[in-house]
Parts: sequence; structure tokens; C-alpha cells
Amino acid sequence: MPHKRTISQLRTALDTGEFSAEELTRHYLDRIASPSNQYNAYITVTADAAIEAARRSDQERAKGPVGSLSGIPIAHKDIFCTEGIKTSAGSLMLDNFIAPYNATVVEKLSDAGAVMLGKTNMDEFAMGSSNENSYYGHVTNPWDTSRVPGGSSGGSATAVAARLCAGATGTDTGGSIRQPAAFCGVTGIKPTYGRISRWGMIAFASSLDQAGPLTQSAEDAALMLEVMAGYDARDSTCIDTKVPDYSHSLGNSIKGLRIGLCREHFEEGMDSATEQTTLDAISEFEKLGAIISDVSLPNSKHAVSAYYVIAPAECSANLSRYDGVRFGYRCDAPANLQDLYKRSRSEALGEEVKHRILVGAFVLSAGYYEAYYRKAQQIRRLIKNDFLEAFKSVDILLGPTTPGPAFKIGEKTDDQISMYLQDIYTIASNLAGLPAMSIPAGMTSGLPTGVQLIGNYLEEARLLNAAHQFQQQTNWHKMSPPEGDI
Amino acid sequence: MNANWEVTIGLEIHVQLKTKTKIFSGASTSFGAEPNTQACAIDLAMPGVLPAVNAEVYPKAVAFALGVGAKIGMTSVFDRKNYFYPDLPKGYQITQMDHPIVQGGHVDIMLDSGETKTIHITRAHLEEDAGKSLHEDFHGMTGIDLNRAGTPLLEIVSEPEMCSAAEAVAYAKHIHQLVTYLGVSDGNMSEGSLRCDANVSIKRPGVSELGTRTETKNVNSFRFLERAILYEIGRQISVLESGGRVIQETRLYDADKDETRPMRSKETATDYRYFPEPDLLPVIIDEAFIQAIRESMPELPNEKKTRFQHQYGLSNDDAITLTTSAELGDYFEQVAKKSGNPRLAANWVRVELLAKLNGEGIELDKAPVSALQLGFIVTRINDNTISGKIAKRVFEALWSGEAASTDEFIAAQGLQQVSDTSELEPIVDSIIGKNQKQVEQYRSGKTKLLGFFVGQVMKETGGKANPRQVNQLVKEKLDE
Amino acid sequence: MVGKIAELAQLQIRESEIDKVIEKMNQVLDLVEEMQAVDTSGIEPMAHPLDATQVLRADEITESNQRAQFQEIAPETQDGLYLVPRVVE
Repeated sequence: MPHKRTISQLRTALDTGEFSAEELTRHYLDRIASPSNQYNAYITVTADAAIEAARRSDQERAKGPVGSLSGIPIAHKDIFCTEGIKTSAGSLMLDNFIAPYNATVVEKLSDAGAVMLGKTNMDEFAMGSSNENSYYGHVTNPWDTSRVPGGSSGGSATAVAARLCAGATGTDTGGSIRQPAAFCGVTGIKPTYGRISRWGMIAFASSLDQAGPLTQSAEDAALMLEVMAGYDARDSTCIDTKVPDYSHSLGNSIKGLRIGLCREHFEEGMDSATEQTTLDAISEFEKLGAIISDVSLPNSKHAVSAYYVIAPAECSANLSRYDGVRFGYRCDAPANLQDLYKRSRSEALGEEVKHRILVGAFVLSAGYYEAYYRKAQQIRRLIKNDFLEAFKSVDILLGPTTPGPAFKIGEKTDDQISMYLQDIYTIASNLAGLPAMSIPAGMTSGLPTGVQLIGNYLEEARLLNAAHQFQQQTNWHKMSPPEGDI
Repeated sequence: MNANWEVTIGLEIHVQLKTKTKIFSGASTSFGAEPNTQACAIDLAMPGVLPAVNAEVYPKAVAFALGVGAKIGMTSVFDRKNYFYPDLPKGYQITQMDHPIVQGGHVDIMLDSGETKTIHITRAHLEEDAGKSLHEDFHGMTGIDLNRAGTPLLEIVSEPEMCSAAEAVAYAKHIHQLVTYLGVSDGNMSEGSLRCDANVSIKRPGVSELGTRTETKNVNSFRFLERAILYEIGRQISVLESGGRVIQETRLYDADKDETRPMRSKETATDYRYFPEPDLLPVIIDEAFIQAIRESMPELPNEKKTRFQHQYGLSNDDAITLTTSAELGDYFEQVAKKSGNPRLAANWVRVELLAKLNGEGIELDKAPVSALQLGFIVTRINDNTISGKIAKRVFEALWSGEAASTDEFIAAQGLQQVSDTSELEPIVDSIIGKNQKQVEQYRSGKTKLLGFFVGQVMKETGGKANPRQVNQLVKEKLDE
Repeated sequence: MVGKIAELAQLQIRESEIDKVIEKMNQVLDLVEEMQAVDTSGIEPMAHPLDATQVLRADEITESNQRAQFQEIAPETQDGLYLVPRVVE
């Protein structure tokens, strides 16, 4: 069962010649096409290009050393521009958009030899927590197809969980890697803001967006992150710091690691199963020698409010370029310029996207800027300061990723606020720009639950190390949904 | 001007910075390329692109700040200005709202009366230019060319301190000269390198509150600027005198009809929802950087003018003319140094050279006669080889390409000045002999007739006689 | 008010949707309202998580003419220009 193997194991198998990269890729393509694996995880499957890339990997491997991910089949969230290939961001607005260039993330993974199987489904323009907001239809959770996989990187999380790829890329603005990772029982990491280049990554909220891998394990995440991370002059917000060898430090003992539990998280609306999972995870870390203590992040309760000012504000401007003039959807027979703009945008952008644009335009408008946008940016600094204060006494923070497991499709469609509160634990680290990851840590009635680790700036190695050690003595991350095997 | 009304004018001048690439992308800024061949993914606002700041805009902005004595914003931040228009691909312009790089400053402009007036600058900031819209020839559609989108601009905002169209033009010309001298801009207005928006309002004398102002945008010549402002003043006076109110609006100048009319679209009274540009970080400018720019600043127009007056003994007017551009000033200095006769050099450059350039409608850099060549011609006048009149023939010959070298031409055409008394005397005698009537008149008091005799000798010698010699000889002989 | 905002954002809201939109917007604004209770006097707004400063790009041409490729995906062009309904200035 190659698809049950991790990236790390697949590398070994390819290196020892157990099977070829082409065989491996065809195996995944067959799985994706199989009727028993229909979760609507993929928008585009790039079968021919994938086989070609796999063949190239085999040819190179025959001649000598290959890239660190050579022949490994991965999927890209359809928010990353892929040259010559449709890039839709889950929207009708870009349904006809063939990207004229590659995102840096795509380039780097391709240079490392990874084989792209296709582009995964997502909430439109990354706005959503359930992948119910896609023009291409909702994605189902492979653990229970009456439930959501989470969002906005729902397609990627599902693809990894259902073993329809060995790893996938996602993006996280308010929790969009971590929350679907938790709902689907996979590992997902959002690194420090600026660790990975945003060049070619369709923008939602510029100061919050960050790319990251979704994988079966922390070890695999380290392998992907090593390739994805690094300085890129094309992204002015990218950090120019050497990328550590994340794999190298995975095996370090975490005895003495100081883990902080955020008091406020345990006061907020976490369901009892999630609370239990978190407590169990805490015990596991204690067994590994970690020292647990209490910390307080008093301003974290304002994170959701601040986020719902800043993200819409930035997105309202970022999405102004979608106007039917130079690319993308154009309405039929526009009567005049205003008609062109209004109808193209209104016909092609989904409801959630339009609402966020309206909220964003409002909070920036004359008379409201000070009270809303500026205020939110001040609160953001308070939230950052809270974290920095906490990190004086602990090394990482631990807590639940989501308030509960995957909810039913359609359950929260009419309850906007409840949907927004899905991100209650994840949003603060986006506002502060801190690295955070979710790892599977339990099961409740057949649904995965995840816990979240948050680190200080550029401490991805420490997070991956802690997660890996946890995964050495637990098996949650090895579990995969029962349906869909061939 | 109309004594019943006081005019208040403020100008916003958009100067394109002379950089090779755009402010936020590595696409070329050169003028005149085929449409959309210099619009890269960033300029087209493709999904997923990000701006990258051109380092070269900072030395230019700082040089301008130093040139007007302004304060420099040490932390430079960009903002987004949000509005929809087809020539603005992102749907927002990256500009500087709260923290402009240049704060304050002033220039002293020369009025027609000869007096100077100080005009203060409120601020100047960096921003990106928009693309161009072409309205003809597209069967009811408008064609958009985004080559210009992203060209770096420095927007210079003056205080509303100008009181007439003439003052506004003087200010605009001064800014034009300054940014050209500084190498900040190529100053090519026909290519759109400098465009003016004029804010005009009128009020009754003695009233402190300013009237409602209108903004006339995108005027790209000094002549049009003057016409537009005059029209606007006249229009506003008409409106108010007939009991109406001036509406605050944005207008365009129509050169064909010589009038301004309201703009029907774009940015009229919209909420721009400014917020800091999240894709860019603050740029820190330190003292060392500013000092380096200060040290490499070229001589400014006023400085050069004053130096010419002192160093070469030129009059104020002559010095002004010769410093209209740095290039012209350099040209003059080369001629002056080569010939060793600055006064003569000044005349030649100011009169002969400029007449030729203006007459043919060409720029100095296209002049077929170099400064060294002209300097040599002046040298030959100075050492009496040729007369001034003959020199003009030489200049003409070099200009047209008929001659390649001054000395060769003089020799080939036999243009050498005749200064030898033994050669000239017989001719003078002959002329005096033939014109006894005039001799009588001269000797009975009409001393002006000296010029007649000199002229005859010059004619006789084909202009080659040394005029001073002839003058002296004639006078001697007539006074005998 | 929603009308004005929709105008700024160049979005059309159908008559039948207006109430729903207003309700949703109000929900978000209520959520956001609780921010007002926080004392932020003297706190510098944080535009970026990093305290980094901008790296500047050398003024060298790096982009070549890709008009053909870019205009392949354009809705409407002619003679290399992007076409939009006539704009009257």
C-alpha cells in the first residue's frame, strides 16, 4: 500500500527501487479517479504532466543524486499559480485563468523533484472554515462524508487524509491549514510570517497569509518545509534568514521543554471531547519530559474581532484587481464601464467573498478607519506582546486547534459568527505572525481531534521536534479513514 | 487682473522620475514602446504578484528635498489609495499618504516685474503612475495601455500661494528647471514627464476664507497651464458675478476649445479608504545616505546663475538665459574657457546658438556645432583672425556641415581678416576719394557718417577688413 | 449606507439580498464592537508581524516583453490594447 506510506518512507522505497516514481504516481492517479474516493478534493488533476514529471524523476535517479522530494506525488492548493495550468482560487472569477507564471512555492517543490498530481479545492479566495464556499462545490471529510473537512485548505487536508497524495500545500490566514488538518486527522504547519515567499500565492489578507505543508507526519512536514521555506526578493515581506535543517533536529529529546497552556483557551467554548484530547496530549508531553505550566494571553479574546477587521480590509483591496479587464471572468455584453465592473464581480464572486469585501470597504471608509482598522492594528500589537511575554517563561504553547471536531455540512451556513469562531484558537498566531502547527491527538466518535503547538518567531524546528517526539509515542497520525482503499 | 477678485492657486505637479525601471517592478520605463510591451505581471496586477521597491527613487526624492530645503521623512511608508479605473490595474494606487518622503520646502520664483516671490511646498511624495486610455479608433470601446503603469512619480504639492496664472507658470517652470538640473527627471513634457494639476479659487479682497476651488488635472505644457488657469479664473468670476456658486469639482483642459470642462468619471469625490500597504515594509533613510546625496548634488540653477555673474561678469539677464538648463550652462562655460573671452562667448551662445536651435526646433544635445568648435570660432574672433561678421559665416558653414574645421574654412574661403594698414590704406583713400560729398558733410559736423565710410570699406573688402582698424584709419584720414 | 459601500467596492447587491447583507454586516460589526472596550492608548498600530525594513531592488531592467502570453488570457484586446466599454472623461 504505497499510499499509506509517509513521504519519508516513499523516498526510501524509491531509492531502493521498490517501485518507480512513475508507478507511484500512476497509483495515486488511479486512487484519485476511483469512485470510492470521491470527496471533491481536486479541482484539476494534471495526470499527463504528473506522469511526465515522474518519468523525469526516474531518469534522474538512474543517473545520480536527486532532489530531496524527487518523485514524491504532492498536490497544490488551487491558490498557488501554476504556469500553464488553471489556477482558480476556488472561484468562478478565475475559472478561465491559466496562470502565466509559477508561484515560488511551486517552483521550489518542483525543483526538489516533487510531482504535482493536481490542484486542490478550497474555500473561494481562502475565505472560509469549511470548504463549503467553493465555486466547484463543497469538499467532504473522508472520515465522515456528511461532514466538512474544514477550510479554507479543505481539499488539501482531505487529499492527504484520504491518501490521494503524499503531501499537499495549503495556506493559512486565520487557521486555514491547521483547522482542516485537525478536522481531517493530518499534520499541518503554518510557519512564521515571512518564512515562505508569497510570490504567486493569490492574496487574501497580505499581512496574515502564509503558505505551509499538510502531511501525514511532522517528519514529512519538515521535509516539505525545508524545500518551501527561504528568502525570495520578489516578496518584500519575506524573511532573509537561513532555513535550518528541520529534519536534523526532529530526533532531539524534549526533556525539559517548557510547555505553556493558555488559561484563556480552557475558559472558552471548547467541547468536552476536545478538552479531554488536549489533556491527554498534555500527559503525553509530560511523559516525554516536558514541563507544563500556565500562561495567560489576556488579549487573545479580541483576536477574532481584530481579525475580522484586518482580513476583510486587506482583502477588499486585494480583490479589486478582479474586474474583468485583463484576465478572468467578464460579464456578457457590458453596457458601460460600471456595468462591466459590477456585473463581472457580482456574477463571479461568491457570497462570502462579497460580504467580506463589503465589510472591508466599510471598516476602511471615511469616519471608521480610526475606530476599526487602526484600533484592530493596535490590538494586534497587544496580542503579539502577550505572546512575547509568555515566551519569556515557556518555549512553546499547547492547546486545542479547534473548539470541536468536524461539523456537519450545512450546519453553520446560517450561523456566520459560529463559523467565524471556528478559528478562535488559531487566529491569534496569524495576527502575531508566529509559527503554529496542528497534529492529530485523538478520536471522538470516529472523528479526529487535533492539538496546536505555537512557537516563537522562526522556531519551526522546535515545533517540529516536539510534534515528532509526540508522534514517536502515539499513533493518532498513522490513522487514516476506513473508506476508499483500492 | 480683475481688481474685484483675488485669485488663489495651488499646484500639484507630478514628475516622472528618471529611472530605468518602474517603482515597483523591473519593467522598463522608456517612452514610446508598443502598447503593453513594458507591462509585466506586477504592472498588470496578475493574481499573486507583489511589489518590489526600486532603490533609485530614494536618491532622487532626497535630492529634490535638498534642492528645496525640505525636511526628509526618515521612515518612508507606502499606503494604498483605493478606486476603480481601467488604467489602475490593482484597483488601488500605491502612494504615500501620512508619511511623505519630502515635507515642507520652498522655491523662489522670478516674477515678470523682476521681483522674486517665495512659494512654499507643502509636501512631495512617491507614488506609481497609472496607465493610459485611448479613446479613438476602437468602435465604441476604450483601449488601455499599461506601459506607463508603475512609472515612479514624485508628486509635489505647493501651498496655495500663487495669485495669478503668470505666477503659477513661473513656479511650474522653476520646478521643471530644478528637477531637470537635479537629474531627477528628464523634464520632457511632451512625453508626459511633468504634469500639473491646478487648484484655482477666487474670493473678494479682504475676505479671509478661500473660495471653493476646482482642480484642473493633467496639464502637460506651460502654455496650456496658463490658458487653463486664465479660463478657470474667468469662468469662476462669471459664475459668482451672476449670482451662482462655484462647484467643487475636477476638470480637464481642452486645448482645442481653450476651455476647461468637468470630468465625468474617475476620482470625483470618492472615498479612497487609505491604509498602509501591507506588502511593503518601511524604508529607513539615514543621515549617511542623505549626506552622500548632499555631497553629490549638482550645482543648482540659482547657484550657477550667481556664479556666472561673478565669475564671468555677466549681467543678471544673460546669466539667467545661460542657465535655463544645466547643459546650456556647461556649453557656455566650455565656449568661454576655450576662447578666454566670456563676454563674447556669452553673446554667441545666447544669441547665435539659441537662435539656431530655436529656429530649427532642436535641442542642445542635437546641435551640430559642439561647444569646443564654437569656442574655437570665438577664439579666432578674439585673436583678430576673423571679424564677427565673418565668424557668422563660419558658424553657418560648420552648422550645415559645409565645413568641418574653422581654420580650414577660413583658409579655403580666404576669409582672413585684413588688418594690415598698408593693405587697408589705399582702399580707405579710394573710398574717401570717391565720396567727396559725404566727406564734406562729415567735416561740417555729421560725424555719424563715419559708419558710411567704414561700411563702404567693409563692402569693398568683402567684409574681411578689420572693422576697428578701418574705423581708426577712416577717422584719421577724415580728421586730417 | 450599504449602497454606498457596494458602490465603492463595485459590487451589485440584489434588492432581495439587501436585508441579508445588512444583517450579516451588522453581525460582524457587533463582533468587532467589543474591541472598543480595550484600552489601546499609546499603543503603536502593528502593520507587520516583523520589525523588518524594506529591501530595495536595483534599478535594472529584469522584465521582457510578454504581451502575447499575457494577452492570451485576456477577455478582450485589440492591437495590443486591453478593451473596455468606452470611458468618457
